[in-house]
Amino acid sequence: MEEFDIIGQPLPKVDAVNKVTGATPFADDLSLPRMLYAKLLGCHHPHARLKAIDTTQATALPGVVAVITGADLPVKYGIIPSSQDETGLAGDKGRFVGDPIAAVAAVDEETAERALELIQVEYEALPAYLSIEEALDQKGEPIHDSGDQGNIHKLVSLEYGDPQAGFSQADYVRDDTFFYQGNTHLPIEQHAALAHYTADSRLTLWSSTQTPHYVHRLLSKALGIPMSRVRIIATPVGGGFGGKCDLFGHEIAAAKLAMITGRPVKITLTREEVFYTHRGRHPVLMWVKTGVRQDGSITAMHFKTFLDGGAHGSYGIASTYYTGALQTVTYKIPAYKFDGLRVFTNKPPCGPKRGHGTPQPRFALEVQLDKIAEALGLSPVDIRRRHLVEENSHTVNHLRITTCALDECLDKVVKASGFREKHRQLAYGRGIGLACGSYLSGAGLPIYWNDLPHTSVQIKLDRGGGVAVYCGQADIGQGSTSVLAYTVAEVLGVGLDHIQLTVADTDLTPIDLGSYSSRVTFMMGNAAIQAAEKLKALLLEAAADMLELPVGALAARGGRIFCVDDERRSVPFEQAVQRAEAQHGALVAMGSYTPPKLAGPFKGSGVGPSPAYSYSACAVEVNVDPQTGEIKVEKIWIAHDCGRAINPLLVEGQIEGGVYMGLGEALMEEQSFRRQQHKSPSMLDYKSPTTLETPEIETLIIERPDPGGPFGAKEAGQGPLLPVPPALANAVYDAVGVRIDEIPITPEKVLKALDLKRQGKAARVGPKGIPNVTFPKPVWVEPHSGAPKLEAE
Amino acid sequence: MLRLPPFEFLAPRSLAEAVALLAERGSAAMIVAGGTDLYPNMKRRQFEPAALVSLRSIPELRHVEGTAQTGLTIGSGVTLTQVSQQPLIANAYPALAHAAGAVSTAQLRNMGTIGGNLCVDTRCNYYNQTYHWRKSIGFCMKKGGDVCLVASGSERCWAVFSSDTAPVMVALGASVCLEGPQGKRVIPVEALYRDDGIAYLTKQPDEILTEIRLPPVDGLRTAYWKLRRRGAFDFPILGVAVALKLAEDGTCTAARIVLGAVESSPVEAQAAEALLIGQKLTREVIEAAAQAAARPARPLDNTDMSLSYRKRMAPVYTARALAQAAGLNGDQAA
Ligand SMILES: Cc1cc2nc3c(=O)[nH]c(=O)nc-3n(C[C@H](O)[C@H](O)[C@H](O)COP(=O)(O)OP(=O)(O)OC[C@H]3O[C@@H](n4cnc5c(N)ncnc54)[C@H](O)[C@@H]3O)c2cc1C
Ligand code: SF4
Repeated sequence: MEEFDIIGQPLPKVDAVNKVTGATPFADDLSLPRMLYAKLLGCHHPHARLKAIDTTQATALPGVVAVITGADLPVKYGIIPSSQDETGLAGDKGRFVGDPIAAVAAVDEETAERALELIQVEYEALPAYLSIEEALDQKGEPIHDSGDQGNIHKLVSLEYGDPQAGFSQADYVRDDTFFYQGNTHLPIEQHAALAHYTADSRLTLWSSTQTPHYVHRLLSKALGIPMSRVRIIATPVGGGFGGKCDLFGHEIAAAKLAMITGRPVKITLTREEVFYTHRGRHPVLMWVKTGVRQDGSITAMHFKTFLDGGAHGSYGIASTYYTGALQTVTYKIPAYKFDGLRVFTNKPPCGPKRGHGTPQPRFALEVQLDKIAEALGLSPVDIRRRHLVEENSHTVNHLRITTCALDECLDKVVKASGFREKHRQLAYGRGIGLACGSYLSGAGLPIYWNDLPHTSVQIKLDRGGGVAVYCGQADIGQGSTSVLAYTVAEVLGVGLDHIQLTVADTDLTPIDLGSYSSRVTFMMGNAAIQAAEKLKALLLEAAADMLELPVGALAARGGRIFCVDDERRSVPFEQAVQRAEAQHGALVAMGSYTPPKLAGPFKGSGVGPSPAYSYSACAVEVNVDPQTGEIKVEKIWIAHDCGRAINPLLVEGQIEGGVYMGLGEALMEEQSFRRQQHKSPSMLDYKSPTTLETPEIETLIIERPDPGGPFGAKEAGQGPLLPVPPALANAVYDAVGVRIDEIPITPEKVLKALDLKRQGKAARVGPKGIPNVTFPKPVWVEPHSGAPKLEAE
Repeated sequence: MLRLPPFEFLAPRSLAEAVALLAERGSAAMIVAGGTDLYPNMKRRQFEPAALVSLRSIPELRHVEGTAQTGLTIGSGVTLTQVSQQPLIANAYPALAHAAGAVSTAQLRNMGTIGGNLCVDTRCNYYNQTYHWRKSIGFCMKKGGDVCLVASGSERCWAVFSSDTAPVMVALGASVCLEGPQGKRVIPVEALYRDDGIAYLTKQPDEILTEIRLPPVDGLRTAYWKLRRRGAFDFPILGVAVALKLAEDGTCTAARIVLGAVESSPVEAQAAEALLIGQKLTREVIEAAAQAAARPARPLDNTDMSLSYRKRMAPVYTARALAQAAGLNGDQAA
């Protein structure tokens, strides 16, 4: 008999039919009687004090019901407790063009839009900072007064072991600088929210959010009303990718306007406003120095990152640490130093985007490895394959590695792509590149400090055999609700038609921290198994009574409970439910998941730990036109170690989505600014690849079950993006012999590098250097005892 | 969502009715065909006409008549999908079908018309922005202001003429038929344009472009190459249309090279054409002509990708278009 009935099957998502028939109600589809529509007024300056805002004319416009400004929403909040620098609407100053400074509620959108134009704002322009360099060279008032120093939001420095000794033992040391441009999530669904404040002083907010629990906490804070009177319902999300993980001004404004007017208020952002809401990929300037032995083994690494954070803290402290955390989880590194710096700039705030803070350093690391391999005469495969981290080990920065099938990922990708036969052997213009990556299966620590469960699942059985499942998780299209259904159905041995799901409603469902850090399948899956196992035990007991058999002789599958040795002796699931209810009362069970304590004993250890890491290896084959610099991606092979594919269709979908997104970042996506404002806040002008730019993707799912994961599963939602940009950069080098140490790799840059090559100069386009910053004395950390050792020669 | 400003929608059922309505409403009215260019601009408040006169219900504008031997007449209301797919057009003037098929996306080509494509508004990435965006940066002279943000100190607007089919029409030697309250006139298509980002059309606002007349094919070999970031959605940031006639021995007897998306009107490269006539089209001849063709192009930095890149691609794309039209090699059309 197969091990599982549902796990591992390529089933459609449970919400697939509703999605494809258009029945799924997204936030903007919602409507309530007497509903008003809200619009936001964005700041017209990159950095300006708001000296006066006159709303009289706007308020007087027929059809306008309420107008609010920053004065109505003075409470500061922020997703990270140590970085509270946002308010619902900007109060003292506007910090980027588009920063919301006022909101209008009116009978329709047209009226609200017209009212915005009647709001008079008196600005006092302040010096604006649009880049890392400008922010550091601070000429006037800083953007916030809450950063570590001036425009510097965060400065960190950590040293693990003895990098000095490591470098001195290296046969070859090199340092390189890289730049990874910022880009945005570009979800198809624009953010929308509907707020309703009822006569019983309760506030309900429907919102397209990935993190209803965090929105619950923060909205209560921002509005000054207790969490017990606030209900957050996360509507199905039409794409998040990390862009819907914060509490946003438009959500607070809609709620406040609903409270003032006593009428439901809906707000849907325009596409331009989505660009301003942002929280996307940080632009990161990087410097990396690596020492290796002749055989390619790393003796030490020193990594410096400079993050361009935009106007707010958002997740930025975590982002900063993430740019230094996961370098160690793929190849053995016995000594490591990390310096990170994040500045505020007068641009839309950056935050988490698929891979949160890790694609940038992964790009730098994997491209540098390619350069090192060439310098040492090693193959890009061997330099990686021979020095992989060991399973059941720790890294120098105290990250616990459980399973790691990167060996198998590499082998499969190298074989499928014919890498060894192609690399350095294809005709001029054609090239192949290789890179690896790794990502968390859920952050080991929550965003705000607590030792409570990260997720809980409740299951209630009804007498007709129905299985009602409740969980606070928010499905953002990745299929987490489906995973919940598969898991419970598998454990209870019933078909999916038995399962009813209630999710992401803070009144009804137990808390799940949200759809970020690739945590849901891993954590919620474990909680769901726990809850389902509790009920299964009661059902087996009841069935054992009915069949007069010992519990140990029974199994629950296919909607019945039967004797393993004689399947004819069985009871239908619902009869077992009824018997169990008679014995125990209502059948309800809870399951929870709290990650093991994984953080190391030092400040800054909270970012990076995860109960398990996924691994991926990727090969990209390109065709570069040396006359135009255009890059055509011919094919991508990617192998991803997800532990176990709970549904291979969904895993493949996530991998392809990640590859596509990584390709967009690598080739063209750019959150670029001109004259101090966003250059292209529209879907036409912000270039993201279409299906025509997307090559064939050969996906290889590698399953090596992880003991900590549900059925052995790890993540698949973010990791597969990571190796794509560096593999592409390495492929371009293989094709035409130029190094583009900067993302995106545009035709202009390729041509420029080819020109340099023709002129006999270094055939490279990338940053020239890094700002001269003195980092604080590093926190020194004794390497974990299970970490790779720096062997004396 | 961005909302349209309020306007009156008029849907005449005949050309005569449409002409009368335009005369009656004067400058308060604008013509709309597929609306794929106009409606997005209205949402961003580049235009706030009191009334729109729609051409969609006028059957007289939807004909395709003639043959490759006699020449074709295409009604201005024919959609870009039809222009790109009708065998009559695709066989006779493959570059035209290709250019129409290279416009944006399938959905947009189903709505967008060939007439609208020839009259499409000029573009500039300081102009194709929302009202809020333009207010923040400061309005420019094309709408609401009095300066040019691309070329400071410039007296004129340099918005880019970005139609895909117009350069091909010019290269083919097409003419257009205009009908308005003052009557009917037929002009060569290049006479429709003026190198001015604001007043980019010579036609009167109340003149309707009714049809396009294409001359007999007569051995004309055509190609269109389009530079853009992606294979769909994107406007051209350089377009090269070429039309050649070759004698039996391969000598070039007629040549037209027209660049799009480099200025506020299509630009014909006459000096380059002269280099081809009377020559056999070898790689060297094509290369020299391509260099000459790119010379008159004066793009500014107001589209996607860098100015220097667009300039640099002009000879490359011209050479590729010429080689393709001359049947020289397997370079794929872009
Ligand atoms: C996302 C996007 C991408 C695009 N990409 C491209 C592209 O790649 N290449 C390209 O060439 N275009 C592109 N366009 C522009 C536009 O869609 C096309 O040019 C289309 O052909 C316009 O035709 P229409 O019928 O929709 O014109 P409309 O929007 O109806 O009209 C456009 C203009 O022409 C005038 N007009 C229309 N018909 C007539 C007529 N018969 N007589 C007189 N005046 C008339 C209108 O008054 C208006 O000023 C794009 C547009 C969008 C929104
Ligand atoms: S070229 Fe100058 S005037 Fe014309 S639209 Fe652009 S910025 Fe405005």
